Amino acid sequence: MSVSQLFEEAYTGLKSLVVGLGITGKAFCQPQVTVIYPKQEVDNLSSFRGHVELIGKDDDPSVPRCVACGACVKACPSNCLTIQCPVPVKEGDEGKPVVMGPAPQKGSKTPAVVIVDFSLCSLCGQCARACPVDSLQFSDNPYMVRLDRKEFQIDLLARLRRMAAE
Amino acid sequence: MQAFDPKTLAQDPTSVRFEPGPTEDKLILSMGPQHPSTHGVLRILLELDGEYIVRAEPVLGYVHRMHEWMGQEKTYFQFMPNMGRVDYLHAMAWNWAYAGSVERLAGIEVPERAEYIRVAVTELNRISSHLLWWGAYLLDLGAFTPIMYAFDDREFLLDILQAVTGSRLTYSYFTFGGVYNDVPEDFPKRCLDFVKLLRSRLPMYRDLVTDNVILRGRCEGIGEMDVELARRYGATGPVLRGSGAAVDTRRAEPYSVYPRFDFPIPSYPQGDAMARYMVRMDELETSCSIIEQAVSTMPGGPIAAKAPKTLKPPKGEACYAVEGARGKILVHVRSDGGPKPYRVKLRAPGFSNLSVFAELARGTLLADAVSILGSLDLVIPEIDR
Amino acid sequence: MTPDLMSFDHPLTRLVVGLLCVFAFVGLNGLVLVWVERKVAGHVQLRPGPLHVGPYGLLQPIVDAVKLIGKQLAMPAGADKYLYWAAPLLAFAPVTVCFLPLPFDPALAPMRLNTGLVLILAFSGLGVLSLILAGWGSNNKWGLLGAARSVAQSVAYEVPLLLSVMAVALTAGSLDLYEITTQQGAWPWQWYGVKNPLAFFIFLVCAVAETNRAPFDLPEAESELTAGFHTEYSGMGFGLFFLAEYASMIVVSGVAAALFLGGWQGPFLPGILWFLVKVYAILLLMIWMRWTYPRVRFDQLLNLSWKWLTPLALIDLVLVVIVAGFGG
Ligand code: SF4
Ligand code: SF4
Repeated sequence: MSVSQLFEEAYTGLKSLVVGLGITGKAFCQPQVTVIYPKQEVDNLSSFRGHVELIGKDDDPSVPRCVACGACVKACPSNCLTIQCPVPVKEGDEGKPVVMGPAPQKGSKTPAVVIVDFSLCSLCGQCARACPVDSLQFSDNPYMVRLDRKEFQIDLLARLRRMAAE
Repeated sequence: MQAFDPKTLAQDPTSVRFEPGPTEDKLILSMGPQHPSTHGVLRILLELDGEYIVRAEPVLGYVHRMHEWMGQEKTYFQFMPNMGRVDYLHAMAWNWAYAGSVERLAGIEVPERAEYIRVAVTELNRISSHLLWWGAYLLDLGAFTPIMYAFDDREFLLDILQAVTGSRLTYSYFTFGGVYNDVPEDFPKRCLDFVKLLRSRLPMYRDLVTDNVILRGRCEGIGEMDVELARRYGATGPVLRGSGAAVDTRRAEPYSVYPRFDFPIPSYPQGDAMARYMVRMDELETSCSIIEQAVSTMPGGPIAAKAPKTLKPPKGEACYAVEGARGKILVHVRSDGGPKPYRVKLRAPGFSNLSVFAELARGTLLADAVSILGSLDLVIPEIDR
Repeated sequence: MTPDLMSFDHPLTRLVVGLLCVFAFVGLNGLVLVWVERKVAGHVQLRPGPLHVGPYGLLQPIVDAVKLIGKQLAMPAGADKYLYWAAPLLAFAPVTVCFLPLPFDPALAPMRLNTGLVLILAFSGLGVLSLILAGWGSNNKWGLLGAARSVAQSVAYEVPLLLSVMAVALTAGSLDLYEITTQQGAWPWQWYGVKNPLAFFIFLVCAVAETNRAPFDLPEAESELTAGFHTEYSGMGFGLFFLAEYASMIVVSGVAAALFLGGWQGPFLPGILWFLVKVYAILLLMIWMRWTYPRVRFDQLLNLSWKWLTPLALIDLVLVVIVAGFGG
């Protein structure tokens, strides 16, 4: 390698270093892009998948469309849904307290308990896909901060009633 | 704490994979599983002579999550979300490989619009994967700023993908016969905007990093691999294309609607880390052009074929290969007619790419090994599955 | 007649007072520099940097320091106890001595030594010893590699550094920083940095390497050696290394300002301000470089020193000698 080549290389190398400094220097003067969380919030939460929630009936939004068929429970890969209905009362057992059993139960067309354990959910959407009456959807509730694992067991029926009341 | 003793290691072969060398002035060093530049929990056993690497051996299995076994334990639908977790950086391609193989097995036709959407989101995802690789590679090389610029751009991209899929990283967007939900109205426009943005940023990337003399010194002539070597280890993707073979699954085994698009297959003959780097930088542009073509010619129609709520494919087997950001992804599904697959085999490109490392790293400096490792673009969860 | 010990003229008194002031100065500037570094890094990377503690996050370094002081001092099993704890102290102590001959202002030079430059070079060379001790003493292979690197690096870079300093010392005809400063004027064209840009450039590059700053931060290269020589240090052990790094950055910037940028001299403003402005300008440049470039490889680093900087510095020295010979 001749000396002139050597110096040419050194020159282009140094130039690239100066160009690099120029770029970071320019970025230094640009406004920052950080959204500082507690003070500001991002504006794209509407499309974010939160935990699943029930959809109310068109005529009565406080009652879910759900027909307690149990398809979603079976479809869920992580077993995070619990849907229960009263077990049909056997003959001779009348008057005893009602026992809850996993859906489907004979004679029950609405669920009595719908709980999603969000600590297990992978937000995959298989439950919503499996539902025959389109009673499940993703909520837009991305802020899930709880102090206890048990608090991630979300009672969806209560939530639906609360949403309908609002 | 027990001091390191080569003899006990030799007696207990599970603790170390290769016996200590014959000479005593070698340093055996365990790089990882907790090391900043092994990108997760890869462990590499190094035998060092000074800073020169005499031998290097990757030790795998620290994030083995038994995805293949889970495939046998879950129904076809239930295994879908696992695909987003195998390679979390290019989840769409894994989605596609699995969906594609089951569709092939069950004979489900995918509507045209769904194919176009699949192409668009997969390419978007590829760009996000490459951008992250770019930043992480430069972190390996000691430059801290580029990853922030890459993340700045990647954020726009994740916003688009979030609007489509609802998540930002581990997508579970594909279903058998199409996609989970339709893209929003403004999807084509946002894609085109993003492509424009990225194209305006690429010259900056080049000036800041690609042309930088220090980076060139760290990449050029490092980890040279010829086509023979790459083929022998089954390397695919940018690693193979960086060795001069312009092989891309999108061209070599055309799937979906890729044959309708016009795009180049970048390849560089040098076979060093710089060539792999350049392939990926060029692929950003390639993906941009594919996205442009896909969203501008996207037909209307249904987004998913009618697939039964519970899938029981007929007896048989099928496999489907797609081009992931790291190479050829292949999912092989065998059905015995039941609701669960009999066997699911996942071919992770990173595994083959990593296996070249032992050969490439021999005789290099420790710093070069880091550079080579980074240039292979490894995602450890994908390698371990 | 030797002056009274209580009088300010007594060399020992001056030394003690000077050292105390230097400790305060280093501590304060270390904190400020941490803040500046993080703020610059943030803005370069399009983020705001420290923000929440105090106005503009100004109190963040103090909180960090308190956190570091409060942390447990851990020592790995099998480490050499004495070497391990001596290393951080040894890293910090010599650097403070280097401040003594620095002329901050015509009226504010802790010690005037006619061999000030030699003192600084000698004591900054001592710093590498602490890195070796830290690497060796902590019984950690990464630390050992970092220590080995630091030795080779400092040997390689002290040569061109010395040569470039020699060029200036020859022109000025003195090794006293005070004297060298006064030989330059208030205006840029009177500075040695402008008269002899090559020496200035070489000095800057070597200074970055001497202080183990990116892109030459090989002894601690975190993506290769996790954290190099200070992998095992926690709490204030790490804190002292950290402080020593910033202190030595200030020293080399101070030397550069005195040697090449006319020291305290400048129009309008008082001398001490000018000196600080120049020091911080060089510090900013070093910080700016750190957040721009990738890290060089070890052999490239040595090549740069032996194949480029040393010959160039030699040529520069010869030129200076010729010019000085004809001029003087
Ligand atoms: S989103 Fe997936 S994991 Fe969550 S409840 Fe529904 S099926 Fe289960
Ligand atoms: S699948 Fe739908 S209808 Fe059936 S139990 Fe679940 S939510 Fe109710």
